Amino acid sequence: MTLVGESVKRIEDPRLITGKGTYVADVTLPGMLYMTVVRSPHGHANIKNIDVSAATSYPGVVAAFTGADIAEQLGSLPVGWVLDEDMKQPPHPPLAVDKVRIVGDAVAVVVAETNAASVEAAELVDVDYEVLPAVTDAVKAQASDAPQLHEEAPGNLAFTWEIEGGSWDEAVKNADVVVKEKIVNQRLIPNAIETRGVVADYNPGTDQITMWTSTQIPHLIRLLFTLVTGHPESKVRIIAPEVGGAFGSKLFLYAEEVIAGIVAKQIGKPVKWIETRQENYLATAHGRDHIAFAEMAGNKDGEILGINVVVNANMGAYLSTFAPLVPTILFGIMLAGVYKMPNVKCKVLGVFTNTTPTDAYRGAGRPEATFLLERMVDRFAQEIGRDPVVVRRKNMINAFRNGYEVPTGVMYDTGNFKGALNKALENFDYQGFRKEQREARRNGKLLGVGWSTYIEITGMAPSAVAASLGAGAGLWESSTVRVHPTGSVSVYAGTAPSGQGHETSFAQMVSSELGVPMENIEVHHGDTDKQQFGTGTFGSRSLAVGGAALHMSLAKVVAKAKTIAAHQMGVPEKQVEYSNGTFIVEDIPERSLAFGDVALEAYLAKDLPPGMEPGLEATSFFDPDNFTWPFGAHVAIVEIDPDTGDVQLKRYLAVDDVGNVMNPMIVDGMIHGGVVQGIGQALWENAVYDDDGQLLSGSMLDYALPNAKNLPFFETDRTVTPTKVNPLGAKGAGEAGTIAACPAIVNACVDALKHLGVTHIDMPVTSEKVWRILDEKGKAHPRRK
Amino acid sequence: MVTNNFEYFAPESFDEAAQLLAKYRDTAKILAGGQSLLPIMKLRLAAPEVLIDLSHVPELSEISSNGDGLTIGSMATYYELSQSAVVQKAAPAIAEAAGQVADVQVRNRGTIGGSLSHSDPAGDMPAVFLALNGAAVARTRRGTREIASDRFFVDLLTTALRPTEIMTQIKIPVATGKTGSAYSKFENKASHYAIAGVAAQVTLGSDGTVTAARVAVTGVSSKSTRAKRTERILIGKEPTASVIRRASDRAAAELQDDLTEDIHASGEYRSYLATVIAERAITAAVERAR
Ligand SMILES: Cc1cc2nc3c(=O)[nH]c(=O)nc-3n(C[C@H](O)[C@H](O)[C@H](O)COP(=O)(O)OP(=O)(O)OC[C@H]3O[C@@H](n4cnc5c(N)ncnc54)[C@H](O)[C@@H]3O)c2cc1C
Repeated sequence: MTLVGESVKRIEDPRLITGKGTYVADVTLPGMLYMTVVRSPHGHANIKNIDVSAATSYPGVVAAFTGADIAEQLGSLPVGWVLDEDMKQPPHPPLAVDKVRIVGDAVAVVVAETNAASVEAAELVDVDYEVLPAVTDAVKAQASDAPQLHEEAPGNLAFTWEIEGGSWDEAVKNADVVVKEKIVNQRLIPNAIETRGVVADYNPGTDQITMWTSTQIPHLIRLLFTLVTGHPESKVRIIAPEVGGAFGSKLFLYAEEVIAGIVAKQIGKPVKWIETRQENYLATAHGRDHIAFAEMAGNKDGEILGINVVVNANMGAYLSTFAPLVPTILFGIMLAGVYKMPNVKCKVLGVFTNTTPTDAYRGAGRPEATFLLERMVDRFAQEIGRDPVVVRRKNMINAFRNGYEVPTGVMYDTGNFKGALNKALENFDYQGFRKEQREARRNGKLLGVGWSTYIEITGMAPSAVAASLGAGAGLWESSTVRVHPTGSVSVYAGTAPSGQGHETSFAQMVSSELGVPMENIEVHHGDTDKQQFGTGTFGSRSLAVGGAALHMSLAKVVAKAKTIAAHQMGVPEKQVEYSNGTFIVEDIPERSLAFGDVALEAYLAKDLPPGMEPGLEATSFFDPDNFTWPFGAHVAIVEIDPDTGDVQLKRYLAVDDVGNVMNPMIVDGMIHGGVVQGIGQALWENAVYDDDGQLLSGSMLDYALPNAKNLPFFETDRTVTPTKVNPLGAKGAGEAGTIAACPAIVNACVDALKHLGVTHIDMPVTSEKVWRILDEKGKAHPRRK
Repeated sequence: MVTNNFEYFAPESFDEAAQLLAKYRDTAKILAGGQSLLPIMKLRLAAPEVLIDLSHVPELSEISSNGDGLTIGSMATYYELSQSAVVQKAAPAIAEAAGQVADVQVRNRGTIGGSLSHSDPAGDMPAVFLALNGAAVARTRRGTREIASDRFFVDLLTTALRPTEIMTQIKIPVATGKTGSAYSKFENKASHYAIAGVAAQVTLGSDGTVTAARVAVTGVSSKSTRAKRTERILIGKEPTASVIRRASDRAAAELQDDLTEDIHASGEYRSYLATVIAERAITAAVERAR
């Protein structure tokens, strides 16, 4: 019996959908106090004075702290990815001391016996600001007269990162055409349903800090907390209970985690802080925000010779934990895509502005690269008057099983890009659609189809490679499998999910391997006192890296149990076979031992093989030798209302290849969710600042999240090309949908308007943008005055 | 997201509610469905000291119709309006608009009285109320008056209700002859309020020409407003597609000095959309009238 490859229903769902999950907000401790953060209302200002006296005398208030009060204990938030020696790392105090650089910068905290009292008293904190000019645009911030954010970073430049594979100059020299486009990848707000939150508890007897926090990386939070505060790592326990969505935004050490820990230590009582949605929009990292200038060179027959990109990446006011990685490595090395692209050149300028820091958000760098590349392929095809699918196929790398090195220096593991494209063409009648499109156009209707053939990078990551590129932490993963004397099993995983269904996928593996029923398997994660170490969940790594570590531990457990079983049955080990949870002597089926009996024996230890240690558990660390590289082909069909400019998504087809699949239902769910987030970016979502640094899309009233009524049913399908990077043959599936969707949708919108000479539309493709295009091209509703 | 402190009353009769309001006057706010009031209190844009909750006054939710027209209790929710057979028959545009407000949760709590009293510049019900020539029944402890829809909306978030008045009912006159009404909107993709919404009511004479027309636009300016030029073009003519288009073209003509501009749409685009949406609403109303 194997559950691998079965759509087992998620074992975490009954508790989550019946309200029995424990999130940080559900954690209540005796004597717990509530913390409210006073935040800057200005995008850029000097702090002249902070008066907390009215707040501290408010009934129920226990204490109030300013940056000046506890700057030393709080330290500075670190950057966990250092690109090179020239990268600027200006101080990032958790509580601002003399300057604020974003609307939402924390300037003081108030701690009270009730949440209401802390909110009320926080209103009474009087901060005297000297407002400074602000800058929010990554290009404008580089102007010589732009306001300067940090003394350490002249010209607001945090870093410059460059890569060149082949020679762009050669590509241009040999090309018939070079197409150019300015491509903006707008700023996004991640919007996990559960906002962030922290409960910090300090035990003065043991000097132990215990912190519940909504995070993807409990062990790294512990490590970073120690680095920042100096509190010994052995005396810090981080617990990530249920985490209600993260999408990358809970992958960083945040100011409030440090502040709550230190305040709890100062006061000697537990402190709770739960982020409001409005704070979430200001104080939780944003994603994307690139202004890019792209060029693609190629020949009239459709051959692509190269790509050249200059990106102005808006880093926000400070460098968040992994921020430098995202617009550089995760972007630049992906620019060859699925194509034989001999020449790739890329330059990235990381720029400070008076905006919320940007960092990894679902896809992190790959959506930006894929959007740009897949848009430029369409742009190039349009220029030479060829079909975008034909151009894609002509340049596509042929199927490979033993690695394919691209000019950006990385090695794809396995791939069959044409296989995915062919499957998409089987599922979608492309020629039929083209006919329908022509007819529709004659009737004044605007239909469009968009393609996106993508590859992305998952299973972060080989630690040595990551370290050579600037990582401040190893990126391996660990697992412990503990078999209990009665045969039930506890798994301790270093990964830390936020809704992905790891408990189910991991339990499926255990059940299949050990023959133990699902209900006798517990998967534990997210507690630094339970798991010895773990890197966490991000970069679609949990199955490809964490699952592989689990696979190793299971193999060790089975091997030891087999030795015991052979000894018990008095036969040489090589005569023992293991299947379906039973050890059987070769050719003598009646001589067998159940796995549970062997487990009991391991603990009774009355007759173990000589020299064997009692117990039945194993711990493993898996460090892959490459990333894994999922790929696929997505197709979007849109209809544009010529009267209003409104874009309607009519159909969406996805073919994804994520290698071997543990649970098809979970993978489909991942693709669906990812695609929705991609559609959201393509059509609706947009974080907008004004010139003073005020976030105009500061709530869900103004930030347009996708909703079900505006989405079609998704038609998902798969091809299966296993990887050899890990023993499971599995690649990551968490981000593929988001990465593939944006270019598919925008290519479809441009396709619908191509006959009017449209070559590009920036995201989000709002109805007003389309209406203006229609208007300029003279096709708008004739009534307009 | 915590409101200021306030005192909360849940009166069980109209008289009790009116007495409380007379006592606390402008330090108090009526609480209906809370779908506009509570969000702005949480944002601390409003900080009433007293809330008087009308949801325990049963007679305020009643819906009935007779020869004079339709009477809707101010506390009738969007859900109730969208499902009510009486409303669907007497004033389909109300049911149609109610079904398009926000999401299920908001429709389960939000009320027609709350929507009109709040006068949100992008609210759906205010436009329908204008197009259907409704009247609001405003009551105090001492007396009752009716405020015609044309005099009801004064300015951004401001109505003709006085601080001590409670809106108890909305009256919609019975439509005579061949009358049809409709509501159409172009949604804001974030809030789902109207970027441009148009309500139309059209009456046709026996010769098929328009004898009466009321058209109102929401979302485009500071308050829901009648498009009188549109109405004038329609009246007396046979409502052919080209007449409807010509009339719709003027839907935002009277709003040009007061166009809403924000990150979702420029004033110019809103003004344009009003014409497209007007065409859709008027066409649907004419269909229903026939
Ligand atoms: C997420 C969301 C989406 C929304 N989308 C839409 C939308 O698409 N279209 C739309 O039209 N609206 C929308 N709304 C607003 C919604 O329609 C509100 O319900 C409505 O505006 C107010 O009705 P209420 O019963 O909730 O009133 P409340 O919020 O309780 O009250 C609103 C105001 O009216 C006053 N008031 C209420 N009842 C009376 C009365 N009987 N007499 C005197 N004064 C009174 C109150 O004192 C208050 O000032 C949305 C709201 C939310 C939260």
